[in-house]
Amino acid sequence: MDILKFLTAGSVDDGKSTLIGRLLYDSESILADQLEALQASNRKNDDGTIDLAILTDGLKAEREQGITIDVAYKYFQTDKRKFIIADTPGHIQYTRNMVTGASTADLAIILVDARNGVVEQTIRHSFLVSLLELPHVVVCLNKMDMVNYDEDVYEKIKADYKDMAKKLNLHEITFIPVSALKGDNIVNKSENMPWYDGKSLLDHLETVEVTEDETSDHARMPVQWVVRPQTEELPDYRGYSGRVLSGAFRVNDPITVLPSGFSSSITKIEMFDKEPHAAVKGMSVTLHLKDNIDISRGDMLVNSNYQPHISQLIESDLCWMDTRALDTSVPYLVQQNSKVTKCKIQEILYKVNINTLEQVDADKFQLNDIGRIIIKTAEPLAFDLFQENNANGGAILIDSRTNLTVGALMFRANAE
Amino acid sequence: MTKQYMDYLDQLEAEAIYILREVAGQFEKPALLFSGGKDSITLVRLAEKAFRPGKFPFPLVHIDTGHNFPETITFRDQLVEKIGEKLIVGYVQDSIDEGKVVEQTGKNASRNALQTVTLLDTILKNKFDACIGGARRDEEKARAKERIFSIRDEFGQWDPKRQRPELWNIFNGKIQKGENVRVFPISNWTELDVWNYIKRENIDLPSVYFSHEREVIIRNNQLMAAAECLNMDEEDTIYKKKVRFRTVGDMSCTAAIESDAYLLDDIIEEIRTSKISERGARLDDKVSEAAMEDRKKGGYF
Repeated sequence: MDILKFLTAGSVDDGKSTLIGRLLYDSESILADQLEALQASNRKNDDGTIDLAILTDGLKAEREQGITIDVAYKYFQTDKRKFIIADTPGHIQYTRNMVTGASTADLAIILVDARNGVVEQTIRHSFLVSLLELPHVVVCLNKMDMVNYDEDVYEKIKADYKDMAKKLNLHEITFIPVSALKGDNIVNKSENMPWYDGKSLLDHLETVEVTEDETSDHARMPVQWVVRPQTEELPDYRGYSGRVLSGAFRVNDPITVLPSGFSSSITKIEMFDKEPHAAVKGMSVTLHLKDNIDISRGDMLVNSNYQPHISQLIESDLCWMDTRALDTSVPYLVQQNSKVTKCKIQEILYKVNINTLEQVDADKFQLNDIGRIIIKTAEPLAFDLFQENNANGGAILIDSRTNLTVGALMFRANAE
Repeated sequence: MTKQYMDYLDQLEAEAIYILREVAGQFEKPALLFSGGKDSITLVRLAEKAFRPGKFPFPLVHIDTGHNFPETITFRDQLVEKIGEKLIVGYVQDSIDEGKVVEQTGKNASRNALQTVTLLDTILKNKFDACIGGARRDEEKARAKERIFSIRDEFGQWDPKRQRPELWNIFNGKIQKGENVRVFPISNWTELDVWNYIKRENIDLPSVYFSHEREVIIRNNQLMAAAECLNMDEEDTIYKKKVRFRTVGDMSCTAAIESDAYLLDDIIEEIRTSKISERGARLDDKVSEAAMEDRKKGGYF
């Protein structure tokens, strides 16, 4: 069994929380006492049925306002997969929270109200999903019950969406007509839409292929921690611990330490009581090298034959996440995995109007603004382009005055 | 996602180890909050996997309400000795004696709320800047919204509206003096995942998790261990039942369930088919719909 992480984007009016509630409810992932609390709550649908949205709105303010503010993580499991849902807010003022939820997801469910079709919000959510390079998109046309389960409505919205998506770099799009409220095509195929020959949403989530080339030679591992017990039994033990970001390391592979450029080779891979021959993407391991070289936290180990970019000048997408606007005159910190160094935003190239996808000139970045910049770093970063290897192509900006995470960076080109 | 080489438990384990190493790398004085429950015992195993053959870069810290199951305390001391790591205990009794908190009275009295004060004191006294905890997002609605690195202010408070964005697997642990970070490496695990991991790794647990015969009383429709700290009186009838505890907090707020499950496989099967979620056996959450959110804002785990 494996794990599928997906996010749901849409506003409360699209029935997003209801859709998640329906997935949990119909897949019998809601337990008795949660159901009891649900029934005891005085929020009901107009027809008196349980309001499934309450299951996901976790904060008082969210229940009061009937909106989702922050990402809520939900878990359920079927015989085929374990699922982690990031339930993210749809409102434009919470764009940064949606970006947070999307950053760790493999798949996005974008909700479209069948009565309204493709609206500004649909474009915005789709743009964010393409910005973060999510491999799979599912467009759920919700509230089909409100349009008499009409196939023409479905076909029209599908065509509109495909037209809009031409401007975006979406990798794979699947359309599913549903009614979260009534349960059509969520877990079971709906009898109300015999014209739809695709899978139900859950069926799709259970079977969608989430494959990545985990054995590629583009092996990257940021060093998190150096293990040096210096005990009588282990006077010379020196292991470099970290999680493989991408590719595979094998014993005897040639290794380069970045940014210093020293090279060596792997003598041993350790995982507590095991010594596997290879360490692949996702594994937390400890590597041993042939030579005693100076390596510490923040350095990156890579396969010498397949090296990333090394640069202090990078063209990058930026999503600004702080209420205080970007100030190009002050230095920020950039954190790329375990590496932290000072940086400046050297140039703002453009901003994107995320409702129309137009590029506009800009000299300012405010909360939730997204666009393209050039960043200059105090020390060189070892990175891949986000579109080629997003595990080693993303970074965050930290404001050293407040320590807050103020921006998400997606490296797009080496600008040196 | 690495399906070919890693199953879902491998993925969860690798993520937790990564988070523990980030704590070690980013903080000066971290600590691992150890309650003697299955989640913190799992954290200890994950810490072994993250740092052996080196020592843990943090001590274990136990906030002892004085109302713990005696089996848990025995287990704790044996575990600490076996792994050869440092244990720091903060006693709620000390906070009471120092007049920092006042003990509740009556039948529903619990030291659960008081331990927040002892925890914050222990953090202050030892200058801990990060506390690793075994909380999971599947336990409760407020926890479902919490980041893996959760920043607390000088008063230990969680502000759900001012959470830092947390992107990819990049954790920003930068804090001001006085603030500290709660870190939850098993955020993405469910109760069942923890049990499956315990089974796979052959991890020892305190005996109260397994079916045993015990004297119990009924309080608020729940089975509670018949212990002195429950302020029993003549109205309380003591029954002898076969029970086990699904979550092990302090005796005043942890309810037992009737169960014959005394093997891990039985427990896993029981949970799989169970109709009561785990925190349903915790009276402390039942006070109101927002009980956990309010306690977290006040500095609770």
